[in-house]
Amino acid sequence: MDMTATRFVAEAMNATPALEITGIHKNFETFSALRDVNLSVRPGEMLCFLGPSGCGKTTLLRIIAGLETQSSGRIVQHGRDISWLPADKRDYGIVFQSYALFPNLSIADNVGYGLVNGKMRKAEVRARVAELLTLVGLPTSGAKYPSQLSGGQQQRVALARALATHPGLLLLDEPLSALDALERIRLRSEIRRLQKQVGITTIMVTHDQEEALSMADRIVVMNHGVIEQVGTPLEIYERPATPFVADFIGKVNVLRGQALGGKRFRVGDMEFECEASGSFAPGQEVSLYLRPEDRVAEHLGPDTPHRLDALVTKVEFLGSMCIAEVTAGALHGQSLGLHFSLNQMHDLDIREGQRIDIALRAQRIRVFPPKAAQS
Amino acid sequence: MSATLASAGAPVFGRAQRMRWSRDDLIARAMLLVVMGLLLTFLIAPLFSILVSAVQDKQGRFVGLAHFATYFQTPSLLRAAWNSVWVASAVVLISVPTAFVCAYALTRTSLPAPFKATVRLIALIPLLAPSLLSAISFVQWFGNQGALKFLLGGASIYGAPGIIVSEVYNTFPHALMILVTALSLADGRLYEAATALRTPGWRQFLTVTLPSCKYGLISACTVVFTYVVSDFGAPKVIGGNFNVLSVDVYKQVVGQLNFSMGAVVGMLLLVPSIVSFAIDYTVRRKIKAQLTARSVPYVPRPRRVADTLLALFCVLVCGILLAIVGMALFTSVIQLWPYDLQFTLHHYRYVLFESDMAAAYTNSLQVALYTAVFGSLTVFVGAYLIEKTRNLGWMRRSMHLMAVLSMAVPGLVLGLGYVMFFNHPANPLNSLYQTMTILVVSMIVHYYTSSHLTAVTALQQIDNEFEAVSASLKVPLFKTFVRVTMPVCLPAILEIGRYFFVVSMASLSCAIFLYTPETILASVAIMHLDQAGDVGPAAAMASLIVLTSVSVSILYSLGTRVLLARTQAWRRPRRG
Repeated sequence: MDMTATRFVAEAMNATPALEITGIHKNFETFSALRDVNLSVRPGEMLCFLGPSGCGKTTLLRIIAGLETQSSGRIVQHGRDISWLPADKRDYGIVFQSYALFPNLSIADNVGYGLVNGKMRKAEVRARVAELLTLVGLPTSGAKYPSQLSGGQQQRVALARALATHPGLLLLDEPLSALDALERIRLRSEIRRLQKQVGITTIMVTHDQEEALSMADRIVVMNHGVIEQVGTPLEIYERPATPFVADFIGKVNVLRGQALGGKRFRVGDMEFECEASGSFAPGQEVSLYLRPEDRVAEHLGPDTPHRLDALVTKVEFLGSMCIAEVTAGALHGQSLGLHFSLNQMHDLDIREGQRIDIALRAQRIRVFPPKAAQS
Repeated sequence: MSATLASAGAPVFGRAQRMRWSRDDLIARAMLLVVMGLLLTFLIAPLFSILVSAVQDKQGRFVGLAHFATYFQTPSLLRAAWNSVWVASAVVLISVPTAFVCAYALTRTSLPAPFKATVRLIALIPLLAPSLLSAISFVQWFGNQGALKFLLGGASIYGAPGIIVSEVYNTFPHALMILVTALSLADGRLYEAATALRTPGWRQFLTVTLPSCKYGLISACTVVFTYVVSDFGAPKVIGGNFNVLSVDVYKQVVGQLNFSMGAVVGMLLLVPSIVSFAIDYTVRRKIKAQLTARSVPYVPRPRRVADTLLALFCVLVCGILLAIVGMALFTSVIQLWPYDLQFTLHHYRYVLFESDMAAAYTNSLQVALYTAVFGSLTVFVGAYLIEKTRNLGWMRRSMHLMAVLSMAVPGLVLGLGYVMFFNHPANPLNSLYQTMTILVVSMIVHYYTSSHLTAVTALQQIDNEFEAVSASLKVPLFKTFVRVTMPVCLPAILEIGRYFFVVSMASLSCAIFLYTPETILASVAIMHLDQAGDVGPAAAMASLIVLTSVSVSILYSLGTRVLLARTQAWRRPRRG
């Protein structure tokens, strides 16, 4: 980590929020797109709005940009109330899914588009454009036109243009979804590197959980116009706050069980002590959420808890990884999908019709109200 | 976690707040109001004046539907309405099937491409000529001294037959263009499926081809019908004593100065237009929906007999089209048909320099030029405001409706509305009346719709976020408009300009109520020359219009090619 990044992380610990969003509502004629959204963005962080399409993430971004008007609520940027300011009075740079590069202007003119207006001298503009093009790795493309670049290159130009005027906030609206799979992965780390290097507070909208998990400092998971959870990628993955988050991020097995009081729960013949999202009365029906990788398959001893004798009913091959579907009498016939690496498949001889000996990582299980009762 | 989620129970603001206006919002709103005001003043208000005068007597007293009652009790007037309807129907029945066969030959056969291009080019010639030209030519071919009069065997071309054949000529390219579009949307997979099911060719035609261009056929029928009902030139020249609605409006207003009755007929003239406009509008949306569907283009396979027959048919049609425009050109360079066939440029000299209407040609050039320049600017700015700004949603929607509606108003009705509205002594815009300006304005309004749709299509093809990006970069809206939007849409803007030039060069119905001896236009002059029996000079003037429009179109395509090559380097695709 270089000096700038360290400085910004340090700043993030105690500085005033870069953006404070309070009680944002957005109602359209027939439905409400956002309901009571509250959020505070730390200086220098990379924040991702993640959720399925129609969850309100893009609407929230456009409200922050002043391209859409909230029905009520407040937005404060670095202590300045921008709630009702038009877009051109706010301080941000933006990159759209379509990049919106001006097709008739050269790359250099695109990048310098906002600078020329700022009464900068020509030589200064030229120097800044060159600096930005170098920053995004396209130092020699200034004279070309957008149609002469690949999608990924156009994306970088859009990024350079958004950064040119030194904005205090960078907004990225699904910036990678128009690219092919390989380019997308390459640009993920590129954008992240740039963002850290420049140290700019960034909000990115995406529906791709992998993108969010790999790029963000923190993720805001949204669904149906409300924020479900805010947290670091690890927090969101390991300790989902709601069944929606558990379902939406990664794969998860849902088992039916009963509460036994306190932190104890039963599934079939097995009993677990695990983290619960609320308190459940003894005897109450619950759903237990277990990730496919939360199992132990090797070095099992006689005192390993939660051991399970399971029958492999199906194997799905996914490359370096396989999902084995297993059922166990101890779970009263409920089935589980479990991850194994290809090597483990060979070493443990996991095949359809084979019995295997595994143990579940009970402390990783999350408990929620029964699935049918969730809205 | 507590730091990230601010207090959830934060107070919701009681009073409804609104976004503050930026300077760009202000400018966009102001411009929107200006364009809206223009459309209200020059489209809606004149139409409203017609409505008002239809229910008033000469002293301006309200008389309710009395004029309508009189109208419906006058057999001669009613007959004109009936005549308009059946003549228009007859034209539809001839023009649309003929155009369909040609369109089919152009799209569904493997005839050589140069042949198809030539046919298409010849078929579009009638668009460049005033509607009077075909009537004059038909008179020359089949009239009292006509070269082929003997073919009619004693029957007369004057009246319904003449109107019908002239209008078939005039409407042919309109129908052809619509049907070519409809037929080129074929989905090849349907034909492959039909062939795989061993469906014979004629059944494929009935069950696949016809249904797929159903909307195109309906659209072509309504367009042709409306054209004929509202056209004024051909019936005036070749109609003889055969009365139709459009000539009736003219007679009532110019002949008898009966404005109220003129207004009543004008309103009646509006009915078929509005009805077919409504049909056409709904149908066009469906065509658009068909266009976006995923389909595999149809590749025609050679069928020797059918292709030959279709090619022969096209040759025949083109021959007739050329014979008609050719007769006008021929008439314009000979002494006197059919007695003295010696070559002369006298007629041209006469209409350009000697007659009392010598100003007509240059007037027309001026009007066409101004219409092209101001029309394309107004239309483009208007379409931009509708498509790319975000404020005043209801106003943008009603503006779009008005822009599309202008097509449904026949030129005669619009002109009549202008007379009633701008000639009114209380109107502060009264000074516009009898000027060149009002002619230009009427042309822009009359031909607003197609230009507007061209501009909208072009604007919809460019990225929707340019305005948002420039706002985030603090670049004013108008600067992005001038630096990006206009250059990107330049081909469309030039095309709109060319269209405005060509149509206003040939337009008659719009100007017939609005010209003065000083501002007389070429098309009006043709009408007067023809009435006075000066067929040679009339043909010379008509030929001048065609030649001008042809040269402008050629210049346009050469000019745009050079211009685009120079300014649109960015359109060239990626190298390597």
